Amino acid sequence: MREKVLYALGIVAALLIARNLFHIFLRFPDEASQGAIFRIIFFHVPAAMTALLGAVVALVASVGWLTTRRLRFDSLAVAVTEVSLAFLAANLITGSIWGRIIWGIWWTWDARLTSALVCWLLYAGYLMLRRAIEEPTQRATVAAVYSIFAFVDVPIVIFSIKWWRTQHPQPVFWAGGSFPADWYWTALLMLLAMLLLGGVLTAIRLRQEETQREIDSMRRYAHAM
Amino acid sequence: MDERNFTFMFYGFTAAWAVLVLYVLMLVSRERNLRRQLDGLKSLLEHKEKR
Repeated sequence: MREKVLYALGIVAALLIARNLFHIFLRFPDEASQGAIFRIIFFHVPAAMTALLGAVVALVASVGWLTTRRLRFDSLAVAVTEVSLAFLAANLITGSIWGRIIWGIWWTWDARLTSALVCWLLYAGYLMLRRAIEEPTQRATVAAVYSIFAFVDVPIVIFSIKWWRTQHPQPVFWAGGSFPADWYWTALLMLLAMLLLGGVLTAIRLRQEETQREIDSMRRYAHAM
Repeated sequence: MDERNFTFMFYGFTAAWAVLVLYVLMLVSRERNLRRQLDGLKSLLEHKEKR
């Protein structure tokens, strides 16, 4: 049943992505000042939103582990962190490529870009930290505390463009931008597609984490026999 | 400018999807590895229980 739901959600995400790519590449005209490169925004923004929502889920799961001591919360935290890291990497890379054309540079150390990179490094550190600790309960506790600490950077990433003067543009979707209505609609559907894709990947990764726990307990049992 | 603009848009989308596809391939490889380990352990335990 669970498998079928995952397949169905994956197919819906793929169909939405196909629909959106058709509109982005074949229906929308080039933006007046940016030209063709503006289309990257339809991937860049939804990828960032998916990654940051993943960070919120990781925070909730980490608090869940610390309060209930149920290992399923720890599994969810690692699964969603790993998937969010992939989306944040895609966001950083697309932003850098857009910046090369619009700003003439690949990277600048402004508050939004720097805080997003720090966010990526913090969550990559979370995954590395987990590999360094053998004992499952201790690993879950240390990782949960670290994940809560890492989350401090997430509001800084979101509000950096409000708090400081940055080279990064102000939000254009859902924040008073002047895009045509069908661009908003496509951006919203792209966000939905990425959230579905992220959800499916997290569910697959979560199942792998549970299989890994099963393998570890079987190994201990085999060793004790 | 326009041609370069279009080329970089292509690079952007390619790189973004490449990251996600690479991650999916990592998941597939991990799934295979886990299944192999699980099957190996199951047969080891069956063998040990028979003895």
